[in-house]
Amino acid sequence: MAARKAKKLMQGNESCFEGAIYAGCRFYAGYPITPSTEIAEGLSRRLPQIGGKFIQMEDEIASIAAVVGASLAGLKSMTATSGPGFSLKQEGLGYACMAEVPCVIVNVMRGGPSTGYPTGPSQSDVMQAKWGTHGDHPVVALTPAYVQEIFSETVRAFNIAEKYRTPVIILYDEIVGHMREPIIIPEPGELEVIDREKPTCPPEDYLPYDRRLEVPPLAAFGEGYRFHVTGLNHKDDGFPTNDSKTIEEGVKRLIRKIDNNRESIWKNDGYYLDDAEVVVFAYGSTARSARRSVRMAREKGIKAGLFRPLTIWPFPDKALKEAVKKARGVIVPEMNLGQIVLEVERNCPGMAVTGIHRVDGEPINPKQILDAIEKYR
Amino acid sequence: MATLKELAAKDELFSGGHRLCSGCGIPPIVRLLLRSAGSPVVATSATGCLEVGTSIYPYTAWRIPWIHSAFENAAATISGIESAYRAFKKKGRIPADKEIKFLALGGDGGTYDIGFQALSGALERGHNFLYVCYDNGAYMNTGIQRSSATPLGSATTTSPAGAKRPGKQEWRKDLTRVVVAHNIPYAAQASPHNWRDLEGKARKAFNVAGPAFMNIISPCPLGWYSKPEDSINAARLAVDTCYWPLYEVENGILRVTYRPKEKKPIADWFKIQGRFKHLFKPENSHLLDETQKRIDAEWQRLLDMDGKAVF
Repeated sequence: MAARKAKKLMQGNESCFEGAIYAGCRFYAGYPITPSTEIAEGLSRRLPQIGGKFIQMEDEIASIAAVVGASLAGLKSMTATSGPGFSLKQEGLGYACMAEVPCVIVNVMRGGPSTGYPTGPSQSDVMQAKWGTHGDHPVVALTPAYVQEIFSETVRAFNIAEKYRTPVIILYDEIVGHMREPIIIPEPGELEVIDREKPTCPPEDYLPYDRRLEVPPLAAFGEGYRFHVTGLNHKDDGFPTNDSKTIEEGVKRLIRKIDNNRESIWKNDGYYLDDAEVVVFAYGSTARSARRSVRMAREKGIKAGLFRPLTIWPFPDKALKEAVKKARGVIVPEMNLGQIVLEVERNCPGMAVTGIHRVDGEPINPKQILDAIEKYR
Repeated sequence: MATLKELAAKDELFSGGHRLCSGCGIPPIVRLLLRSAGSPVVATSATGCLEVGTSIYPYTAWRIPWIHSAFENAAATISGIESAYRAFKKKGRIPADKEIKFLALGGDGGTYDIGFQALSGALERGHNFLYVCYDNGAYMNTGIQRSSATPLGSATTTSPAGAKRPGKQEWRKDLTRVVVAHNIPYAAQASPHNWRDLEGKARKAFNVAGPAFMNIISPCPLGWYSKPEDSINAARLAVDTCYWPLYEVENGILRVTYRPKEKKPIADWFKIQGRFKHLFKPENSHLLDETQKRIDAEWQRLLDMDGKAVF
């Protein structure tokens, strides 16, 4: 008989680095920044124990660059940060999109702008995650809300990064990052772990940016495949080009590889959505308040439901449209002054969309959301 | 050289009631610096203990114009400020002969690491300012992570001492030497236990034309795992073991400003700090030996250079 798995009391940030190790992450480069530092501290202990490498870099710019380098050398790689550090990482993030380097970037969101409120929660980097780096580029961002979910979503982040050769951002807020909850660490094999596809062709035929393919395989440095990596627009062999047709097709392929696979990247959670007349769209710790408000509303006989995206980018437009079919209105609580609410509005034309916003470093409480729901009584 | 009485009679520009820890080396450093300026001072601070501990709303410890910018750019911010005042003088908005001093402050993280580029740029451009690094040997504000100023073997939360690794694996960056290589008019190392030496150096640094730099060791009971009441003694031991030599480089000439009567073994400094506890285990004795060897060599190099041109 299998022994009952032990529950462990764990902090969100601890769950994140344990999830990363489970997914096969063996390289971490980072820089201290509240409220994400526990991830670096944990990996500085854990990675040497399992033959991995932890490096503390001189800043955030260097951290993402080291992650890109390590990933190209063949290791699953990650960095973690918060608002100001995420700003500094933007150029490197764009490079990883362009050079198609799998990697995971954790942003434990705190108040901003600038140094902001290091010890207070926020969800104000949602649009920065999408548009923070310049140029048209694909972005995948995941928004776990529970400590257990941070573990599984970190594994999923690595899987998406590896499968689609793209950076994946994990966005959660200080509340979930520092919250302690009991979690069960899955057994090896229990969660799917995906590794990047490697080329099998003769080295001379290898095209690391083959436009005919959705996701070209990626050779690691030193495996005999000599290829060029650059942040410049490039040809199928990786070398820079000024040819307008090649440039356009290259950028479009970047977008297409995520766009065409949205169905497999999307993940949502629903609560009382079947007959919902008012839908609360919430992510991260705010979704935990929203879940309570929905239950309170149901007790009062109001048909409320919760739509909780675990993939915030690409935006879950299809599932959202389905969820609001019977609804009269959508409520979007978020700890910012109105970011994802615009995306919800765009996807629910003609419907009343109400934002609940807070940027004082305090969480949005269930009563605040319930008050908005009660207007639909 | 000012007497203690003269120094004490000067205005206190850095007030008490701030939230820096008891035993922190930063407040005595900043108080001495501001007393040494002799003219109005405009200051910037990088993100760090000093900034957080002195400016939590609605209180400020600063009785001078003071700006916190970000983590990496105190030297860049002071460059802008200093240039603006120069423009004001040119346009006659303030008298051309009015002496104003410019001071940038950063910890070792904000100076050796993330702020290094901004510091180097400002030194090269030749702004008339003093940059002071309070070096406590790690990122103490975010909870004791290693920096490039952290001593070899020191345990921090990102260079933990365990079965696989006995603390930090790398020798610290010799930032003072790197700064000296910028050929600026004045650079020095100082320590808060030797107030007379620190004050004299600060006065020189404020008064040279062009960039000046001071690297000042700053004991941190929290990150050094030392007793708050031992801080000044810890600073003294850092100097008497020659871990932190007191010297200056003025217009290219190096001068050792303090020679310990009796040079103490590095273990004397290490043993009052919990961050080095594991180095006293037999299996880590090589790190102690290596540290001693390198300190001896560096001290000898300084003595050989004493009174000579560095280039």
